[in-house]
Amino acid sequence: MKRLLGTLSLALAAVAFAASPASAQTPKRGGNLNFAISAETPHYDCHASDTYATLHFSSPFYSTLLRYNLPKFPQIEGDLAKSWTLSPDKKTYTFVLHDGVKFHDGTPFTSADIKATYERLRNPTGGAVSNRKATFSDIEAIETPNPTTVVFKLKAVNASMLDHFASPWNCVYSAKDLAADANAPRTKINGTGPFTFVEHVKGSHVAGKRNESYFKKGLPYLDSYRGIFTLQAAAMLNALQGGQVLAEFRGVSPAERDRMVAAMGDKLRVEESSWTLNLLVAFNIEKPPFNDVRVRKALLMAIDRWGGSQGLSRISTLRSVGGVIRPGSPLATPEAELVKLPGFSKDIKKSREEAKKLLKEAGQENLKFTLWNRNLAMPYTPAGIFLVDQWRQIGVEVEHKQSDTAPYLAALRSGNYEVAVDFSNLFNDDATLALSKYLSHKNNPLNLSRANDDVIDDLYEKQLREGDVAKRKGFIQALEKRLFEQAYQQPLLWWHRIVLTHKTVMGWKMSPSHNLGGDLAEVWLNQ
Amino acid sequence: MSLALPTPTAAMKSPNKVVEFCQQQPLGAVSFVIIFAMMFAGIFCELVAPYDPLAIDFASLLVAPSWEHWCGTDAFGRDICSRLIYGSRTALVIGFTSSFIGSTLGAMLGVASAYFGGRIDNWIQRVMDILLAFPLIVLALVVVAALRKFVIGGVDMNLIIAIAIPIIPRVARVVRAAALGVRVMPYVDAARAAGYSDSRIIFRHMAPNVVAPYLIMLTAFIAQAILAEASLSFLGLGVVEPTAAWGLMLSGNAADFYREAPWMILFPGAAISLAVFAFNLFGDVLRDYLDPRFKV
Repeated sequence: MKRLLGTLSLALAAVAFAASPASAQTPKRGGNLNFAISAETPHYDCHASDTYATLHFSSPFYSTLLRYNLPKFPQIEGDLAKSWTLSPDKKTYTFVLHDGVKFHDGTPFTSADIKATYERLRNPTGGAVSNRKATFSDIEAIETPNPTTVVFKLKAVNASMLDHFASPWNCVYSAKDLAADANAPRTKINGTGPFTFVEHVKGSHVAGKRNESYFKKGLPYLDSYRGIFTLQAAAMLNALQGGQVLAEFRGVSPAERDRMVAAMGDKLRVEESSWTLNLLVAFNIEKPPFNDVRVRKALLMAIDRWGGSQGLSRISTLRSVGGVIRPGSPLATPEAELVKLPGFSKDIKKSREEAKKLLKEAGQENLKFTLWNRNLAMPYTPAGIFLVDQWRQIGVEVEHKQSDTAPYLAALRSGNYEVAVDFSNLFNDDATLALSKYLSHKNNPLNLSRANDDVIDDLYEKQLREGDVAKRKGFIQALEKRLFEQAYQQPLLWWHRIVLTHKTVMGWKMSPSHNLGGDLAEVWLNQ
Repeated sequence: MSLALPTPTAAMKSPNKVVEFCQQQPLGAVSFVIIFAMMFAGIFCELVAPYDPLAIDFASLLVAPSWEHWCGTDAFGRDICSRLIYGSRTALVIGFTSSFIGSTLGAMLGVASAYFGGRIDNWIQRVMDILLAFPLIVLALVVVAALRKFVIGGVDMNLIIAIAIPIIPRVARVVRAAALGVRVMPYVDAARAAGYSDSRIIFRHMAPNVVAPYLIMLTAFIAQAILAEASLSFLGLGVVEPTAAWGLMLSGNAADFYREAPWMILFPGAAISLAVFAFNLFGDVLRDYLDPRFKV
C-alpha cells in the first residue's frame, strides 16, 4: 500500500511539474536584460506620443493609475491605485492610492500627482501636448480629498472610461515637475516605475537600473536593463541570434520568425497573437488635390486589400482586412457589410475602373504625389511598396519617401505631407478608443487628415453614450461609412503580432498590444 | 609612288583591328561587352525588360528561375531580371554622375593646386589630406546621413553628392602630380610671359595635358561609385523601395528569404560584381591606351 501511495505521489508530482508553465517557476533576482527597440523615441513624453518607441523607452520608469492584467486581458487591475469604486450614477470614479510611493527623485507620491497628470492629459497648458485630450474630455473635475484618494467626476456616463484609465500612455508625472515646467516630461524622466533612469545615448541605447524603493515589494527582479535601438531588422535579428539582445517586444514578420526558428531552434520562444494595430492611408485634405473627395476616394478604391492581405501576410506582419474596429472583435463590421464600402470591394477590376473615372472627373488623370512613410522595415516598407504598385495601376505616379520616426511624425503632425502611411496604435478593442482617431482635427490632433466633420463627431458622441450594444454597433457602422465615403483616411490592413524572446527571458507576458507590459517589473532571467 | 596610310577612323572600323584588339586585350574586350550591355540595358530598359520592375504579383512570390522569369521573382513576386535591367540605369546614372562630378572637381582642384603652388597648394592639399583620412564608404555614409534626401527626377541628388565628395581628393592628388610636370613645361612659361590669365593657362594649356589621368580615374571611380551606391542602398541610406537598384535588392526581404530563394541575392550580387569588374578593367585598358609609357 505504502509502495502504491509512493508511486502515486511520484506520478502526481511528475504530472504537476510537467504541467507547470515556465512563468510559474520561482523568479530569480538579478541580471541585466538587453532587448532591442526597433525605433528611437523622438521625446520621452508618453502623453504626447502614440508610438511604441516612446513606451518601450519610458514604461519601465513610470507607473499608471490602472493597467491591464495581461494573462486575463482585457481585465483591468490597479497599478498606483489600490482599489476603486464607481458611483451608482456611473459618473464618479473614486480611486484609493498606494501609500508610501516615491518618485525617483525622492518626492512622495500623492493624489495631487494624479490630478496634475490627468489635468495635463485632458487640458494641456504651458505648451504641453496631449494626444489623449479627446478621450478624457468627459472629465468634469478631479478632486483630491486626501493624499491617497482621488475622485474623477464625469460630465456624462462614459462606458469606455475605465479602459482609458488603464491606458499605458497615462504615465504619472510629478505635480512638482509639471508646476515647474509643463513640458518637463519631454526631456526629463522622473517616475515611480520599477526602474530608474541611467542614461540615454542617442542612436545607441537607453539604460535603467532597479528602483530600490519601488512600491511593489520584491520587484523588479532585474538589476538593470538596456534597450538597444536597432533600426535595421536584419541587425536586430542578428543581435537576437547572437545573444547580444535577448528579446524584441514589438514583433517580427512570419519570414523573420521562420528564419530565427531555423537558426536558433529550441533556444527561442515564439509567441503569437492578433494585434490591435493597423496601418492607415491618410490624406492631408488641406493639400490640393486631396481636398477633393473624388481624388481621395479613387485612391482608396484602387487598393486591392483582399489580394494584398494574402500576399503581404506571407512576408510581413500585415494580415487582416478590416474597418475601423479590429476584425473579429464584437463591434467590428462583418465582411458582408465591409465589402460594400469604398475601398473594400472584392471586384478590384470594377473598383479600379470607377477610380479612374473619378480621377478623370476631378481632372487628375496624371496625378503625381509623394507618399510619406516611416523607415521601419516591418511592415511600413512592404505597405509602401504595395501602395505604390496599387496606385500605379490606375495611372498614378507616386514617390515613396521613407524617413526616421522623428521627422516622419513631425511632418505628419505639422501637416507637411500629401499622403501618408499612418498608424492606429490601440491598446484594446474599445470602440471609443479606435474611433477617437477619426474625430475632427480640432477635437483630436491625432486625426492627421486634418478633416473637421461634424457628422463624424456626432456619431462618435452617440455611440459613446449608447448602452444598447446593437444600437451602438449601428452608430459605429454609420461613422465608418461616413469616414470611408469622405475618404479622409482608411485602414489598410490589420497586423499580426509575433514576438521572439530567448527562453532565458521569463515573466514577460504576451498580449494583443505591443503597448502593454513594457514596465519589465516582473521580467527575470533564468540563467 | 605614294604610301597610303590608313586613317585612325578607318583603322577602328577595320575588322582586323577589332580582332587584333580582342587578341591583345581579351579582358578589355570582355569589359567593353559588359559595359555596352549594361548601358544598352540602362538606356533601353523599357524595351528590354520583360516585365514592369515595380509590378507586384502575389501569385508568383519567390518563383525560381524559369523560362517565364529568367532570374526568378522576389518576395513581392516582382521579376528579378526586369529589376536588374532597370537597376543598371540606377547604377549608371548615380555611378557615372557622381564619378563625373567628383573626378571633375578633383581634377580642377588638382590642376589649380599644382599651378598656384605655395600657400594655396598647401591649403588645398591639407584639406584633401583630411578627406583622404576617411575611407570612401565611411565618408559617403556621413554625408548622406547629414544631407538626407533631395530627389530630382527620381534621382537622389544628395546621394550623388555623398558619393562624389570622397572621390574629389583621390582624383585631385593624382591629377596634381601630373599637373606639376606640366607646370614646368616651356609652353606654360610662354603663356605666362604672354600675359594670359591664370584661368586661361589652367583650362587651355594645363588641363588638356592631364586628361589621361583624369579619364582613367573617372572610369575607375565609376566602379567605386556603383559599389558605394549599392552599399548605401543596402544600408538603407541610398535609393528607396520600390525603385529598382542592385544594392537595395540585396537588402530588405532578401535577408529573410535568401535560404529558400537564393536567386534573390545571387543575381543582384553578380550584377554588382560584373559591373565593378568591367569598369575596373576598362580603366586599366584606358590607361594602357592613353599612357605613352605603356606604348613603348
